[in-house]
Order: sequence, then C-alpha cells, then structure tokens
Amino acid sequence: MSRQSNRTTDNKKMNSELFTLTYGALVTQLCKDYENDEEVNKQLDKMGYNIGVRLIEDFLARSSVGRCQDFRETADVIAKVAFKMYLGITPSVTNWSPAGDEFSLILENNPLVDFVELPDNHSTLIYSNLLCGVLRGALEMVQMAVDVRFAQDTLRGDNVTEIRMKFIKRIEENLPAGDE
Amino acid sequence: MADEALFQFLHNEVIQYIYKSAEGGETENGRNITKLENMGFRVGQGLIERFTKDTARFKDELDIMKFICKDFWTCVFKKQIDNLRTNHQGIYVLQDNKFRLLSQLSAGKQYLEHAPKYLAFTCGLVRGSLSNLGVKSIVTAEVSVMPACKFQVMIQKL
Repeated sequence: MSRQSNRTTDNKKMNSELFTLTYGALVTQLCKDYENDEEVNKQLDKMGYNIGVRLIEDFLARSSVGRCQDFRETADVIAKVAFKMYLGITPSVTNWSPAGDEFSLILENNPLVDFVELPDNHSTLIYSNLLCGVLRGALEMVQMAVDVRFAQDTLRGDNVTEIRMKFIKRIEENLPAGDE
Repeated sequence: MADEALFQFLHNEVIQYIYKSAEGGETENGRNITKLENMGFRVGQGLIERFTKDTARFKDELDIMKFICKDFWTCVFKKQIDNLRTNHQGIYVLQDNKFRLLSQLSAGKQYLEHAPKYLAFTCGLVRGSLSNLGVKSIVTAEVSVMPACKFQVMIQKL
C-alpha cells in the first residue's frame, strides 16, 4: 500500500495532464480529418465557443463574481479568477489600447501545449485556438461581443504566448415583441 | 477540482464533433465509437507513463488491475472503482457505481441509448494504459442503470 501514499499530493496536476493529452488527441484527430490548418483552427474555435457558452455558467455559479463595470475589470476577472480556476495559471494583462477597448493576455506557460511540438508542415496551425473560442463564447453570454485571437505563440517560435482581446460592442438584450 | 469541469466539457465537445462529422447508420456508429476509443487509447498510453514513473514494478496482472482501479481511477475520475471482479482467467469486471462522465446525464432511462458514446473514450483510456504496461486487452463497457457502469477487460493471451 506504500505505492498510494506518494501520489495523492499531486492529484490535481494529474487532472490537467488528462486534459492536456485529451486536447492533444483532439487536435490530432482534427488534423487527420481536415486538409488544411485553417479549417482546423476554425473547428477548434467553434468547439471552444460551445464550451465557453456553458463554462460561463459554471464559472458564475462557482466564483461569485458579479457584473463587470468596465472592460478593465473584465480583463482582471479573466486573468486572475477564470484562468486561475480552470487552468491554474494567471496570465498578465498588458498592452492596453488608449481607448481601453483592447488588451493582451500574456501566458507564461500555456498548459495546453505541455507535451507539444509542432511539425514543420503545420506552421499555420494555431494549436491552442480553442481558448479563443472559449473566451468569445463565455463573454457573449454576459452581453459582450469580443474579438479574440492569438497574436503570438511560443509553439511557433515567438518568445511569449499572447492572446489579443478587442471589445466590439455591448449586446443588447432582445426581448421578444410584446414580452415586457 | 477545477480542471475537471474543463475536461468534461471538452469530452462532450469531442463526442459532439465525432458524431457530427459523420452521421449515418449502424456502421457509422461503430466507426465513431472506434474513433473515440482510439483517442482514449493514445491518452491512456501517455497518462500511464506519467502516473507510473515512480512506482515499484508490478508483481502480476492482478497487481496491475488493482493499480488501475485504485490509483489510476482516482487520478482521472477522483474516486476508486467500486467493485473489481475476476474469473482468474483473464477477464476482469470493473464496476463504477457513479461514473463521472455519466453523472451529468439523467439518471432515468431517457438517455440510456446515448450512454455508449460517453464510455468509448474511457474504454480506450483503460486499454491504452494496460497496453503500455505490457498487457494486451479488449475493453468494453455496459450500462444498465445510470450512472452506474461496468467495464469488462478481456486480457489477450499472447
């Protein structure tokens, strides 16, 4: 029974390995199914979106975060609460545009790419593109239309991984006619 | 704990994707299950390498199965297998009374027919793990009452 004792401590880390590897298997499958990287990127974004629209419920229920007053607060919540909660990392928030409607998330170590090396023939693959979809989908559910994309990626030789987020508009709640 | 929701959502999305990309009859369904199973296989192979890197060598087949039921299941699903049975001739039945990936589905009969989709990946996970421990096997799963399920492992003798 001595075998068990040394493992329980890093239980949580194991879980993220399961996630990382499963994600890897998914990307592999997508690369097999689609001819070009563009399609794979698109598909990953779409799947991320589907996850995001559900994940936001889980997030709001568990984090007791209320409505954000402005985009700066949104950025803080994403980096310090959401990323911490789901991926166990805290990206830094930088490069604010003067208007305050655009910022970057700098990821020191992206857990999705833990065991990954991109082969040469997939130079345009945005491996972690799922994340963009997740962010977009989740924010859409709290009435924010946001454009999310990878500006830099360590997998493709950049120094850091940077996700650029741009606020587009506030989504008005559309009540059906006559339904006050 | 937190990572878990993420994995469940991803797992659901993977199933959705595989089934959407090829809708069709019975043979299609079989192929989809195989695809999911193969993805699980790869993941299982990777996971077991990480899990066992500082464990003692396993004594025998039963020792390996116990490891799968206790440590492996705990790491992946946060609980142990509830019941392990064997006929001592290479067949093992692993019973999980509250299988994580089924716990979000209705406990009634409503979605019973969809249950196999949610088990295929895990079957592959177990098969992949065993394979990297030098045990060749066939893993199948069945559900009679949600969210309990049984995994049957048939060891292939060389």
